[in-house]
Amino acid sequence: MSRRRIGLALAAASFAWGFATSLAHATDISFWTWRQEDKAAYNELFADFTKANPDIHVKFESFPDENYPTIVSTALAGGKGGDVIHTHAYGWLEQFVKAGYFEPLDMATVPSLANQPADALVSGTYRADKRVYSLPFASQTLGLFINKDVFAKAGLTPPTTWDEFITVSKAMKEKGIYPLANGMGTSWFNEMFVAIFTNPFLGQDFVSDLTSGKTTFKDPRYVAALGKLLELRPYMPEGFEGIDYETAGQLFLSGKAAMLAGGSFDIATYRSQNPAINMDFVAPPLAKAGDTPQATKFFDGGYAVNSKSANKEAALKLVKWMGTKEFGDKFSALLGNISPIKGVVIKDELLSHVAKLNETAMPHINVVYFRFEKPTGSELLQGDITKMMSGSITPDQLAADLTDGLAKWYKPFQGK
Amino acid sequence: MAEGWRHSERAFPWRRSLWIAALLTPALLVMVLFVLWPLLSAFRFAFYEFNGLRPSGFIGLENFRQVLFEKPYSDWTWNAFKHNVIAFLALMLFENGTAFLIAFALLKALPGHRIHQVIVFLPVVLSAVIVGFLWKLFLHPLFGLVNQLLGLVGIGAIPWLGNENTALGSILFANIWHWLGFPTLVLLAGMQRISKDVLEAARLDGAGDYALMTKIVWPLIAPSVTIVTILTFIGSFNWFEIPYVMAGLTGSPGGSTDVLGLYFYRTAFGSTTTGIQDFGQGSALAVLMFVFVAGVTAIALRYLRRREIEQ
Repeated sequence: MSRRRIGLALAAASFAWGFATSLAHATDISFWTWRQEDKAAYNELFADFTKANPDIHVKFESFPDENYPTIVSTALAGGKGGDVIHTHAYGWLEQFVKAGYFEPLDMATVPSLANQPADALVSGTYRADKRVYSLPFASQTLGLFINKDVFAKAGLTPPTTWDEFITVSKAMKEKGIYPLANGMGTSWFNEMFVAIFTNPFLGQDFVSDLTSGKTTFKDPRYVAALGKLLELRPYMPEGFEGIDYETAGQLFLSGKAAMLAGGSFDIATYRSQNPAINMDFVAPPLAKAGDTPQATKFFDGGYAVNSKSANKEAALKLVKWMGTKEFGDKFSALLGNISPIKGVVIKDELLSHVAKLNETAMPHINVVYFRFEKPTGSELLQGDITKMMSGSITPDQLAADLTDGLAKWYKPFQGK
Repeated sequence: MAEGWRHSERAFPWRRSLWIAALLTPALLVMVLFVLWPLLSAFRFAFYEFNGLRPSGFIGLENFRQVLFEKPYSDWTWNAFKHNVIAFLALMLFENGTAFLIAFALLKALPGHRIHQVIVFLPVVLSAVIVGFLWKLFLHPLFGLVNQLLGLVGIGAIPWLGNENTALGSILFANIWHWLGFPTLVLLAGMQRISKDVLEAARLDGAGDYALMTKIVWPLIAPSVTIVTILTFIGSFNWFEIPYVMAGLTGSPGGSTDVLGLYFYRTAFGSTTTGIQDFGQGSALAVLMFVFVAGVTAIALRYLRRREIEQ
């Protein structure tokens, strides 16, 4: 063998050795989520992360939404699970934190926490020790989808107040169009439906009174707001009690219905299902002209680090990066969600409109304050609202059931 | 060969036992790991409070007291239990009653009975999830086949699964459609075991179809009725898949389709949209369901077996 060949062989061997060494030092971490539909976007985001951190590779692993809590809790109980876990917020998160499954995040390990607004951080904070365990990933806004083409064809203007909503709905119905696409066939959305239409009648003062213990859900303001929901029934499709949220979406997208109470989380889905849809997303009808627009806002969840992760340092590095403006900008652009990270630029016109609504939005009362212990406000409300809408119980009874049920663990309601 | 085996058995008497033990061990291990251990864990968890997702302290019978006597949990438990009882009675009457009539008709071997036998049994091979989705579509208020047909005779959109008065009945109907073939087959097998001489003797004595069915066939298929009754009872109190697919985890609307299986699942494992997991209360519910189903099954079996002997 010539010297030249020996030299080439040595060079190739050292290259291979170097390559193998770099691979051996790379850390593989996994990201667990229920958002199967976001796989492509997350993989693109993780590729950016790996570009900046070549020693860390992130694997996207998704599980069915409905069984996600069970799968995650079972895995974490066995000391397994993803290194970074996509979590829901508030009470959902708290049960995992209580069990010691997540690592606390602080400014030393995740300095990008400073980029989060205070109300977003609450969604990832454990109430008992006031520490953040999950970095918030998106705010969700509840409001009213408007099919602009349907309105234009009917020669009507989208309503802004409750009275206008009723007038417009009557006119739509006369033209053979369902004014409001929603039904009551999806329990989880029924709770959102209540929040969307009652919040403009409740206002921030009611939330303050409720959370400070000055009042309960038996408050006449809440009962009256529930009563308003009954006025919607004639403008929902026939058999609305059995119409689920998916059907409502299809009625809206196909132009059979003019309006849909829904969430900003569906904007991207609706656009992909009907790219030609000409829609708007507005605040629900105001109690009276001149009121502040009051959509409903909550934070969907966040990113937490598994406390048993063998790659905690790499996992924290990823979460730290997920709190940067760079991540937030791309996240919002790719997924059509509003990142709570300060300074994030939202280029999409409809999404930036939603972000504007967030500035005056009310919290989703049940999700933000009453999902921490059993029975949760969600269990109680979801059980009763279909009964109220079908007329088998009154708004007073629903308000009493909700208050009395929550009084089991929410001290300000006890004895009231 | 056999002589050799017997010789070996005499020389090494423990060999046969060892062989049997070796064959049984894998199955026993699976049973212990996947049946006995979870069952015992559920019994243990039922006596613990769960703070977060881990047991935080022994609380005796507190979880049982809550699910049986403390509102709103007790209301939810009894409401779900009531629906299980309704399901059992409805399935006994409509599913097994119809199955008996169909089996009797098939026994008579009328022309085309074989194809009818296949048609009746066909839905049984479908998964409960498929059946649930299928009937959910059929019963859709706006686009469902049922309402489209009713619309032809001027009946407006009925929210079958959205109305508290019709939801449970609709789900039961789907369940009966799914399972009708099974009791039909069991009862038919029982009927086919009856001696032809007995049936012919009854005919010669002038027994008509009704008398034959009630006085001869019914008493003589007692073992099959025992099987069908016990399986219907266990199935009714473990009912989960079809209500879950058609009415969701909350037993909507307003808990009108809630059953113990759904209530147990959402209590123990929570739901993303309603709340938190409570293995303690969930385990208490599971233990109560187990004790009730096992206890009633044991008593019913004793009674039904005695009836078989008397017949």
